[in-house]
Amino acid sequence: MSVSMDELGPGLKIRMKNRNIDCYVFFTLALISLVALGVILYFIFAQAIPFVGKLKVVPEGMGAIVKWGQDYSHTRLWDLFSTRWSPASYKHQFFGMVPMIVATTVITLGAMALAIPFGLSAAVFVGEVGPRWLKDIFKTVLELLAAVPSIVYGFFGLIIIAPWVRESFDVVSGSNGLSAALILSIMALPTIASLAEDALHAVPNTYREASLALGATKWQTIWRTLIPAASSGVIGAGILGMGRAVGETMAVLLVAGNSAFLTWNIFRSMRPLTAGIALDMAESVHGSAHYHALFALGAMLLLIALVMNWTAEWFHVRLLRRQGIREG
Amino acid sequence: MVKRPEHREIDATAGRDAQVDATRAWVKRTFYGETIIEIWDLDFFYGRNRVLHDVSLGIPKDGVTAIMGPSGCGKSTLLRTLNRMYEVVPGARATGEVIFEGENLLKSDPVILRHKIGMVFQRPNPFPKSIFDNVAYGPRIHGLRNRRKLADLVEDALHRAALWDEVKDRLKDSAFSLSGGQQQRLCIARALAVRPRILLMDEPCSALDPKASDRIEHTARELAEELTVIIVTHNLQQAGRVSDNVAVLLADGELAEFGPTRSIFESPQDERVADYLCGRFG
Amino acid sequence: MTVDQEIQKEQAVMQERRKRSMTQWAAFVLLGIGSLFGFFFLAFILYWVISQSASAISWEFLTAAPRDMARAGGIAPMIVGSIYITGGALLVAMPFALGSAIWLSEYAWKGWWLRAIRIGVNTLAGVPSIVFGLVGLGLFVFVFDFGVSLLAGMCTLAMLSLPILIRASEEALRSVPRSFREGALALGATRWYMIRTVVLPTAIPGILTGSVLGMARAIGETAPIMFTATAFMLSNPWPTSLFEKVATLPYHLFGLIKISQHYNETKAIQYGTVFVLMVVVTLLNLTAIIWRTRVRRKKAW
Repeated sequence: MSVSMDELGPGLKIRMKNRNIDCYVFFTLALISLVALGVILYFIFAQAIPFVGKLKVVPEGMGAIVKWGQDYSHTRLWDLFSTRWSPASYKHQFFGMVPMIVATTVITLGAMALAIPFGLSAAVFVGEVGPRWLKDIFKTVLELLAAVPSIVYGFFGLIIIAPWVRESFDVVSGSNGLSAALILSIMALPTIASLAEDALHAVPNTYREASLALGATKWQTIWRTLIPAASSGVIGAGILGMGRAVGETMAVLLVAGNSAFLTWNIFRSMRPLTAGIALDMAESVHGSAHYHALFALGAMLLLIALVMNWTAEWFHVRLLRRQGIREG
Repeated sequence: MVKRPEHREIDATAGRDAQVDATRAWVKRTFYGETIIEIWDLDFFYGRNRVLHDVSLGIPKDGVTAIMGPSGCGKSTLLRTLNRMYEVVPGARATGEVIFEGENLLKSDPVILRHKIGMVFQRPNPFPKSIFDNVAYGPRIHGLRNRRKLADLVEDALHRAALWDEVKDRLKDSAFSLSGGQQQRLCIARALAVRPRILLMDEPCSALDPKASDRIEHTARELAEELTVIIVTHNLQQAGRVSDNVAVLLADGELAEFGPTRSIFESPQDERVADYLCGRFG
Repeated sequence: MTVDQEIQKEQAVMQERRKRSMTQWAAFVLLGIGSLFGFFFLAFILYWVISQSASAISWEFLTAAPRDMARAGGIAPMIVGSIYITGGALLVAMPFALGSAIWLSEYAWKGWWLRAIRIGVNTLAGVPSIVFGLVGLGLFVFVFDFGVSLLAGMCTLAMLSLPILIRASEEALRSVPRSFREGALALGATRWYMIRTVVLPTAIPGILTGSVLGMARAIGETAPIMFTATAFMLSNPWPTSLFEKVATLPYHLFGLIKISQHYNETKAIQYGTVFVLMVVVTLLNLTAIIWRTRVRRKKAW
C-alpha cells in the first residue's frame, strides 16, 4: 500500500471541528431572504392600515406604530369602496377605489377573452398537430416575447394600437380600456400558450395511444381526451396569464387613458389599480392620507395577485395528483 | 420465529457484554473467523412503517456475506443502516445497536464511519467528472493533495477494481464515456480509494448485463481477500456463486436464517426460507 | 340483411368518416391561424422597431449623453445606469438567493412548512412589480432614508428578483440526481463538501441561466424604480454615487413619451431607445436559452 490511512487523517480532523457552520450560514441567508420577503407583505398592509377605522399609523423604524389618531378620522375602511377617487383636493379628499377595481376587471377580462383562445389554440397546434421542430422554435419565440419589457409593449400600444382603435371604432381617443385590453392580451399570450403547452405535454402518451386505438381521429383525441386530461393545467395557465395582466403597470399606464371616473364602458378612458399607484405616487406627500391610500391600492393589488397565484397553485397540485405525481 | 443457533446458546438474561462475547464465540465456531459487525435487536422505521423487526446478526470478518430476500423485505435498508446512508431519506429511524469497532455506530459520527465502510449502489453513479477525479474524490475529502500519491492511490484502486487496463490511457475522459459495467467498477474503485474496512454492495449488478455482472462478481470475490464484502442481492444464483455466508430476510423484515451459504442452500432450517429458495414465493 | 341495407349502412359510415375528417381539418386550420398569430406578431414588432429605429442608431447615439432637452445626443448614461442598477441588484440578491436555494433544497428538513415556504416564494415571484415599487419607496427611500437613489433602486430590484432567483436556483439544485449526493456521502464527505464538489458544479449552469433570465427581466422593469431610483433629464446624467438619482433606459423612454414637452421631436430617439432596450433584453435571453439547450444536450445522466 503506497499511502497509509494516517496520511488521510489530518484533513479529516480539521473538517470535523467546524462541521455545522455551513448549515448555520445557509440557514441565516435563507432566513434573511424569507424575512425580507415577509417584510414586503407586512409593510404594504401596515401602511394601508389608516383606513381601518380611526387609526393613525406613524411609520417608525422598520415597522409602523398604530395609534389612535385624529388626523385620519375622516377616512374609514369603507371610504375605499366608494366610487370617487379625488385625493388631491384641499378640503374634501375622496379615496374610493371602486373605479380602479372596475377598470382592472374590465380590462383584464377583455384581455383574457382574446388571449385565452389564441394562447390555447397555439398550444394545441404546436404541441399536438405541428411538427417537432416547430415546437422548439415556438417555445423559444414565446420565451423571448414574454421577456420584452412592458414599457416597450406600452410604446407599441401607444404608437400602433391606440391610433388603430381610434380609427376602427370611431371613438374620441385611442387611449381607452380597449387599447389596454389589446396590449395586455398580447402580453399575456406567451405566458398562457407556454404554460398550456406544458400542461398538454404532461398528459401521458398512453392516453393518446388508447384514444387513437379506439378509432378516434386526432382531433377527437385532442378535444375529448387530452384537453379534459390537461384541464387543470390549462386553467392554471389562464389564471397565471391573468395574474400577469392584472399586475402590469407601464403598458396600461401609457394606453389606458387614466381617467379615474367610474365606467364600465371599455371604449372610455380608464385607470386600473396599477396605473393609479404609478400616477399618484410622485405627487403624494409622505405620510399623508393620500400616501396611505396608495398603499391600500397596493394591498388590494397584492391580494388579487395572491388569490390568483394560490388558485393557480391549487390547480397545479390537483393536476399533479391526478397524474399520480406527488410533489416532493 | 425459529430460534437461531446463537439464540439457543446465549443466555438472554446475561448482560450485553456477555451476549456480545457469546455471539462472537458462536460466529467463530460456525465460520471459523471473527465478527466485524454485530447487530443487536435492530428495528427500522420509515415514519410509522416498520421495515426491520428485531434483526440480530454477527457478520464475519472474512469472506463475502450476502443479504437475500424477496423484494421489499428491507435488505437494502439493512445494508444502508451499516453506513448510516438511510439518513438521506427523511423520516427514517433505526433503533437497536450495531457494534462496529467496539462502538454503536448508530450513535457515532456518520462521516467518520463512512470512510471505514464504503458503498456501491444499485445503479452506477459516477460523478460528472473525469475518471481520475472520480477515484481521487475520496482521498481528496481527507485532505490528500499530493499529486503523486493521489496518482498512486488512483492506480491502485483501479487495479483492485480490475478497471486499470481498460482506462489507463483515458483517465482524463468523462466517467460517462464508460459502459455501464465499467461505470460500476469505477464506483467500486472510487469506494476502494478511501481504503475502507468493509465494502457494502447494494444489488450492484441489477442494472447490468450478464457479462458485466460476471466481472463485478469476480471483483467482489477477489476483494474479499483483503476486506469484508457485504452484498445485497435478490438473485439466488448470484448469492450462491459469490457469498460465503448468507442472511435471509423475509417479507416482513424479519431475519429468518443466517449461516454458511452451502448449509443454508442445502438444508434450510426455516420452512419459509426453504420455500423462498425453491422459488415458491418472492 | 338485404344488399340495399348493407349499402346504405356503408354509405352512412363513409359519410360519418368524411364528416369527422372535415371537422378535424377545420379545427387544425383554425388552430394553425391562431398559433401563427404569435409568430407574425413577433416578426411585426421586430420589423417595426428595426425599420423605425435604424436611422436613429449611430455611434454618437450609443456613446453620448442627451443634449438639448433630449432632442439630440445619445443615451449612453442611461445604458450605463441600467447596467449599474441591474448589476447591483443582482450582486445584492444573488448571495441571498443562492444561500436560500441551497438551504431549501439541501438542508431544510422536509414537511408541510417547507412546501408552504416554496408556495410563498412562488407567490412573491408573481407579485406585481409596482407593489415592489411601493415597498421600495416606503422602506428604502423613507424608512432607511436612502432617498431617491441608485442604492434604493438596487435594493428594490434585488427584492423583486429575489423570489425569481431563489426559484430558478432551487430548480437547478433539485435537478441534480440524488445518486450523486449519495455517492459523495457514502465516501465520507460532509454535507458541505458534497455540495461544494458535486452538487454545485452540476447545478451551476442552471443557476447561471436562471440569473441571466432574472437580469433580463430586471433590466426592463420600470415600475419598481420609477419612484425609488430614477429620474428623467438629470442635470448630470452620468451615475456618480450610490446616493444620487440615476438615469435608466426604460425610464428615459417613459420620460420621452410622457414627461418631455417635445414628444414629436424626439421620435427618432424614442425608437432608438426601444431598439437598444430590445437588443439588450433579447441578447441576454438568447444567451441563456442557447446555453441551456447546449447544457441539456451534453447532460449524460
